[in-house]
Amino acid sequence: MNLYMMSFALFLVGLYGVLVKRNIVKVIIGTGIMGYAVNLFLILIAYKEGATFPILLPGKEQTIMVDPLPQALVLTSIVIELGVTAVLVALAINIHRKYGTFDLKSIRRLKE
Amino acid sequence: MIASYFVIIPLVTAFLIVLFGRKAEKIAGYLSLFATIILMWLSALLFPIINIQGAIVYQLSDWKIPYTISLVIDHLSAFMMIIISLIALLSIIYSINYVKKFTSNWGYYSLFMLLLAGLNGVTITGDLFNLFVFMEIALIATYALVAFQGKAEHYEASFKYAIMGSISSTLILFGIGCVYSMTSSLTMMQISARSGSTAGLYLVSALFLTGFGLKSAMFPLHSWLPDAHPSAPSPVSAMLSGVLIKVLGAYAIIRVFYMVLEPSKMVNEVLLLFGTLSMFVGAIMAIAQKDIKRMLGFSSVSQMGYILLGIGLATPLGFFGAIYHILNHAVLKSLLFLDAGAIEEMEGTRNLEKMQGNTEPITKSTTYMGALGISGVPPFGGFFSKLIIIVAAISSGRYIYAIIGLIVGVMTLGYYLGMLKKAFKEKKEPKKIGISLKISLVILACLTLVTALLFVPGLREGFLNKVVDCITDREAYAALFKVGAGL
Repeated sequence: MNLYMMSFALFLVGLYGVLVKRNIVKVIIGTGIMGYAVNLFLILIAYKEGATFPILLPGKEQTIMVDPLPQALVLTSIVIELGVTAVLVALAINIHRKYGTFDLKSIRRLKE
Repeated sequence: MIASYFVIIPLVTAFLIVLFGRKAEKIAGYLSLFATIILMWLSALLFPIINIQGAIVYQLSDWKIPYTISLVIDHLSAFMMIIISLIALLSIIYSINYVKKFTSNWGYYSLFMLLLAGLNGVTITGDLFNLFVFMEIALIATYALVAFQGKAEHYEASFKYAIMGSISSTLILFGIGCVYSMTSSLTMMQISARSGSTAGLYLVSALFLTGFGLKSAMFPLHSWLPDAHPSAPSPVSAMLSGVLIKVLGAYAIIRVFYMVLEPSKMVNEVLLLFGTLSMFVGAIMAIAQKDIKRMLGFSSVSQMGYILLGIGLATPLGFFGAIYHILNHAVLKSLLFLDAGAIEEMEGTRNLEKMQGNTEPITKSTTYMGALGISGVPPFGGFFSKLIIIVAAISSGRYIYAIIGLIVGVMTLGYYLGMLKKAFKEKKEPKKIGISLKISLVILACLTLVTALLFVPGLREGFLNKVVDCITDREAYAALFKVGAGL
């Protein structure tokens, strides 16, 4: 239970970074941390105390195995996060080109 | 087999456009036109097929369902698919003349096709995690399309949207993890069959409500929409406001909360409250806007409020109103965004105060039809769907929500009349727009009247009532699992 709580705490750390930080790069890192927290949570769902890897091998006796499905989900979600982060970084580069700053407080041309 | 083509065709087209469109600019447009025509034809076939043989279940790689990803098309999916294909086809027709001013057309069309692949995938998938994957495909394409015009404020809007979108996607993934750990299944039909154990999942409800609520621009989470939708090129705005917020927002809420998880009173109350709030706040904010597309964006927030109100009532009549309003709002708001693009083309500005009155008559008359339709003037479809939602609210005893719905309807009429008055000033020399723009505007303007016909009793039973039956019949959806698994 403690581990679940800690992955949730990590999620909140990421959320804090996204909501509070003023630097665009730190905001992007915040979204990354949120993603890691969820990946950790998915892996924790699959984890069982004293279980082995979920592959049947000749000669290997059948014991308790961890659930392989969340591991596959985590691989997919890592790839998706890569895509999203790439888009975010590309946008950040272009914003820096246009505004000359990474400070979110001074990037406010929409409201005018 | 038909199910998989809805994802394959746009994906393949996107990659073909990148391969060949770079050399020959014209190929890109015609390839995507061809693809969307085929998709339109296929999605028109869906209703007859489902009527004959029941819901279509396709299982990838020929494995059986709990071990594989399934694609499921029931009446609700088929209904959404028709809307997606229709708006996509008309947006592509509009784009052919509209995107000539951009430098890299192939990029535009290929991102558009990726967006379409994602939307189609979300609509037909039968797997909860797969829903998330397709949602991300659609969203990544959207982030790029919002920033496509390449000015400073477009990047800013796109960044804001991308950050909010990735927060909500992470929340949804968190929720999917919780659902998996409760039911040890990701197949939506199986979760639906086991959903007795999901009745009290407040954490899952909260995560999904925040996630999908952000995607459907529910009130406290709506602030990205009025920035992101106007920043995109007009055909894409039509696609985003007309289809994307409904598929990722309203459709996903209906599917997840009413067909997969056990329906809960708390979710209904939250949807009612925040639906009404976003309806009201969107209308208030829209009054003061000077930018025509930004005003339409706030109007989208307001109209999504009606849809969420209809869903939150959770009665068959409420669902009827919600899906009918999804259809009407898709047609009307795409028409208005396409009109706004045409007006911008002729006037050279989006600011309502600076408009000269250079608009040519077809754009003018179609804008009148769209604006009157969305503010609920009788002969158009928008009137009937709002009426049904308000009647549904009254018949389930929610008088306050019904009264607010009426008030917002009047406010909508008010700000649209103001827009019409400012946009079309005294007559000057009208400028010309491309023929493809006119075609899609006229077709959409006719559709605003055609959707009203769907309310006529004879046609209602064959189309909209079946969708409502599909939503309310949870057992039939859970039973699809047994059909697919070959049990």
